[in-house]
Amino acid sequence: MHIENLKRKSIESRKKILKYIYNAKAGHTGGSLSILDILNVLYNDVMNVSPENFSSNTRDRFIQSKGHCVEALYVVLADKGFFPEEDLLTMCQYNSPYIGHPTKAIHGIEQNTGGLGHGLPICAGAALAAKKDNSGVKVFTILGDGEMAEGSNWEAMMFAAHYKLDNLCAILDYNKLQITAPNEDVMGLEPIDQKLESFGWAVKHVDGHNLEELSQTLNNLPLENGKPTFIIAHTTKGKGISYMENVLKWHHGVPSKEQYDLAIEELDLQLQELETVSK
Amino acid sequence: MEEIKTIDAANLEVFSEVLQSLAATDRDIIVVTSDSRGSGKLVPFGQKYPDQIVEVGIAEQNLVGVATGLASMGKKAFAVSPACFLTARALEQIKNDVAYSDNPVKLIGISAGVSYGALGTTHHSLHDYAVLRAINNITIVAPADNFETAEAIKQAAEMQSPIYLRFGKKTMPANLNSEATDFKIGKGRVIQEGNDLTFIATGEAVLPCVEATKLLEKEHNISCKIISLHTIKPLDTELLLATAANGKPVITVEEHSINGGLGEAVASLLFQNGCTNKFKIVGLPDDHTVSGSQIEIFNHYGISAEGLKNTALNTIKL
Repeated sequence: MHIENLKRKSIESRKKILKYIYNAKAGHTGGSLSILDILNVLYNDVMNVSPENFSSNTRDRFIQSKGHCVEALYVVLADKGFFPEEDLLTMCQYNSPYIGHPTKAIHGIEQNTGGLGHGLPICAGAALAAKKDNSGVKVFTILGDGEMAEGSNWEAMMFAAHYKLDNLCAILDYNKLQITAPNEDVMGLEPIDQKLESFGWAVKHVDGHNLEELSQTLNNLPLENGKPTFIIAHTTKGKGISYMENVLKWHHGVPSKEQYDLAIEELDLQLQELETVSK
Repeated sequence: MEEIKTIDAANLEVFSEVLQSLAATDRDIIVVTSDSRGSGKLVPFGQKYPDQIVEVGIAEQNLVGVATGLASMGKKAFAVSPACFLTARALEQIKNDVAYSDNPVKLIGISAGVSYGALGTTHHSLHDYAVLRAINNITIVAPADNFETAEAIKQAAEMQSPIYLRFGKKTMPANLNSEATDFKIGKGRVIQEGNDLTFIATGEAVLPCVEATKLLEKEHNISCKIISLHTIKPLDTELLLATAANGKPVITVEEHSINGGLGEAVASLLFQNGCTNKFKIVGLPDDHTVSGSQIEIFNHYGISAEGLKNTALNTIKL
């Protein structure tokens, strides 16, 4: 997809994420804004997946390991036409299928996630199956940085390298803040690139909000034949909203009416700027 | 498919044999092991079908996650690991990835219960029925002989929903009743009819019931019915309620904690349906397990011909 369109989609999707979180009075606001650009590029520029081919076994797979940022995924899937966007007005309400974590009850979602450290092992199994079938299917996941402390991720990393799963791409949403405090205060991750490389993965740092860079990288995988890919996407928690960026309380903070209006104002301004630049 | 040998053998040998037979015509059969192919008797399978066995190393969480991924792509994934590790270490993967996400993974808990004997509590699984019973969308099966084992594996391979199969380690009888040829997951199997008392047992605890029944008949002229309730979940409510309708004492026997297993499942069903049969749960008490071999542990806790005979006599007197 043309990069200007992707940029427009990102801003519009941020507006929608905030709209539905504000409506539900619940959601993981900071993280959803953090992963949105990655999801936008994956679904609109990289993966072979759509409502039309979702029952085909040869579609690419995405399993969101950091399940709590489901609002971003819902918005991207609705935009792809998997379900009517207005369904999201029921998000997190009584008897709504749109719960606070990904669920297969929603068209377009591959697996139920929410417990951390679950996505990568499942993706590794799926990638192995695709290899065995020689189907060309690519498998993607997004992990949170706090989630990297889960031991199961490292079990899966040993496995994926051992089986040379170069059709597997894990993306780290590295916004450097987890629910309690910065990662480095809670449980240090660094030097994360060296750790991942030493586990046998091909590793690349990218700006997780630079759509050109994301597109260029994710459309040219694997980074190295015979190795699974780990993309360290440097992101900003609360990206796009000035008063939310890098502020811990927006992990699952819900904006007030005034805060919501201000956020939409900021995003509308970003849209206007985009129009001006593209003219 | 080749006929499965009906000789006495460990059910893991039967497992390996049946899987080889299935794999011969079905490329989608994939066995996933956690450094457990030797203890799972799967070495011959691995030699014959090297592309259909996946080793994950000693990493049970990843074992279940990988099996889930394989199943999600249409593979018939059998995740094989000692029951103690599979159902404790990887419980969250079983709950979320397999059961909640409804992936038809076949979880194979090997050397279950107290099969590892003197290796001790780290290697015992006396909790697996209880924890899995509390999880929605998973079938729990523990076969009592090699016939049930072979049938259970064949049916599990075709199931479209999650299943846990619990296997022991020791040699099992070929068939406890060669005339009871109807095996269906979810339906109890009547090993013997009887009028005075009913034993309801599962897995390796069925054989001691057969032996106790012989003693009760010979020494006390008491006739016992024996049900191999190989499927602990879902319960065969029809068979159990019809059986309890005779009003005679019911004794449940299992190689599991008396908390949360077969006995409590049956008790709950009967009590909530107005049954007032005399009732006794035999299993491992809520205590540190005595050390010893499997058979010594069974004898210690009365899961034996003599022990069950005495329990039967005492229960009748209640």
